[in-house]
Amino acid sequence: MANTPVADNPAPAEPAQTPEVQVDPLVALGESIAARGKGAILSQAVRNGELTIETGLGSLLETVAFLKADSSCRFAMLIDVTAVDWPGREKRFDLVYHFLSMYTNRRIRLKVQVGEEEMVPSVTSIHPGANWFEREVFDMFGLVFSGHPDMRRILTDYGFRGHPLRKDFPLTGYNEVRYDEVQKRVVYEPVRLTAEWREFDFLSPWEGGAFALPGDEKAGDAKAGLPGSPNINR
Amino acid sequence: MDGDLKGDIRPNLRGTDIERSSDVRGTGFDDVLTGEQKIRNFNINFGPQHPAAHGVLRLILELDGEIVERVDPHIGLLHRGTEKLCEHKTYLQALPYFDRLDYCSPMCMEHVFCLAIEKLAGVTIPRRASLIRVLYSEITRVLNHLLNVTTWAMDVGALTPPLWGFVQREILFDFYERASGARMHANYFRPGGVHQDLPPALIDDIEAWAEKFPQVLDDIDELLTENRIFKQRNVDIAIVTEKDVNEWGLTGPIARSAGLPWDLRRSQPYECYDEFDFQIPVGKNGDNYDRFLIRMQEMRESTKIIRQAIPKLRATPGDVLTRGKVTPPKRGEMKTSMEALIHHFKLYTEGFHVPSGETYAAIEAPKGEFGVYLVADGTNKPYRVKIRAADYAHLQAMDHLAKGHMLADVSAIIATLDIVFGSIDR
Repeated sequence: MANTPVADNPAPAEPAQTPEVQVDPLVALGESIAARGKGAILSQAVRNGELTIETGLGSLLETVAFLKADSSCRFAMLIDVTAVDWPGREKRFDLVYHFLSMYTNRRIRLKVQVGEEEMVPSVTSIHPGANWFEREVFDMFGLVFSGHPDMRRILTDYGFRGHPLRKDFPLTGYNEVRYDEVQKRVVYEPVRLTAEWREFDFLSPWEGGAFALPGDEKAGDAKAGLPGSPNINR
Repeated sequence: MDGDLKGDIRPNLRGTDIERSSDVRGTGFDDVLTGEQKIRNFNINFGPQHPAAHGVLRLILELDGEIVERVDPHIGLLHRGTEKLCEHKTYLQALPYFDRLDYCSPMCMEHVFCLAIEKLAGVTIPRRASLIRVLYSEITRVLNHLLNVTTWAMDVGALTPPLWGFVQREILFDFYERASGARMHANYFRPGGVHQDLPPALIDDIEAWAEKFPQVLDDIDELLTENRIFKQRNVDIAIVTEKDVNEWGLTGPIARSAGLPWDLRRSQPYECYDEFDFQIPVGKNGDNYDRFLIRMQEMRESTKIIRQAIPKLRATPGDVLTRGKVTPPKRGEMKTSMEALIHHFKLYTEGFHVPSGETYAAIEAPKGEFGVYLVADGTNKPYRVKIRAADYAHLQAMDHLAKGHMLADVSAIIATLDIVFGSIDR
């Protein structure tokens, strides 16, 4: 478990990870959703006391509608829509929806894998409040939503280029602005770093390797609580 | 003349029509009838430097006369890329960014990030730290509501409430300072507890303040609650229904004004809120005025929680940090133990590692549900931090709420949404 980064883990349901109580209502709910999803639900799991289900892009809308309408779910409120970028993966983005039911007092997370070129159906017809959240995902990650009433950028500057929360977008950005005393206006210029950009990597080389150093076997499971870091930087 | 007005494009200007128009004398003012005068909607730009915009909000308002037809909020003028910055910092370094989100309730913002980390790392915090967190969360709630209620009064024309409210805010900022060293950007809640213990004198002072504060609320109540102008500006404005709450993701006092008794402190308790006795005020009409009353009442309830937390705090001595991997060792220990010194050094350079996984933590922030979706990859930096701000969803509903209201109501609606651009723009 410790050495499996979330990236290449397309959430195979791990029954060993279910919480202590055998008949957790959340587990039961996840199972019943998966059973009634008729194959639309690719996986479901309860981790950290949170129910996550995964579906495909094609069945996104019907799943969201089902979660809202079904009497045992009643996830009437869309809390959040966001994405996570996994550049190394074939389908690059995880689109993550969080729903809340004030009636059953439960939360659910819905995940969809989306490729860079794929269009995502907008859920604004089911949850009007998805509007700005989808605009933000478009702005930050460049995922385009079809059927969205107002697909504009939302947080970045007017005329901004690029999608800042993608992992390949530099932290400094490409353009900077300053007030030009001569022209008496704000001007846009390419970023000039006066000091060299430094990315500090404090990851301990002793914890980074997946290999076992000679003598490690003597330590036993003293470090069981600390998972080895994948150390992606080297 | 029988309808043969050559060269005149006026249609059918005979009989009763001409008598009804204002042009009885034939002075040439007849464009209302002919449609030569075009009536079009008027677009105005509200902000981004408008005092009633509560920050850098730019609203494009489409008006039909004085009636608002459409509101298009342009946000992002305060976008600082908090989420991107967090991905490049260790967990401890990312924490102070949270103060800068909703800078009207800073400690609540830190709280969520701490909760998310603690959930993934499996850390439980000492009871004393939990009590301090509750105490300061409620102080923060009072801070936030005082600002909101009083500046709202200013938006609709009253000047005295902010003057009175800000005196109290100043006292509360002092409590912040005495606990954390900073008046606003506290960086006080840390993963594993809170940064420092409270001195006993501070606890006494908070108690003394909490005894007197309800009278200040009574004074503000007297100024506003039955004030004719305040009521005229707020009653029946921006009515929210249960359907709106669900459709637009409204939480906090706005959801409660629609009659939904929903408060995360009660329905999904975190810290030790479940052992406190407090009420959740709920509205009936869902209008601005209800939200005002709810916020006033919430301040009273928060004061109640503060008063309950203080004896508990006195009865619970002990450490305020879970000593372990995520927190620094004690100062004295560090000066005598080599292990502790190494740990301290590693913690503040490399930082602690959070096991890979994902979680969503949410609290009842003063403005509504504030959540953090944290994806960790097992390293010392968060892989992805998504900040879910309540007022982001609230401002989104602005178009829906303001439609059909008068231009003057826009500032009252902005005030009732309790928006702060630190957390909307992130």
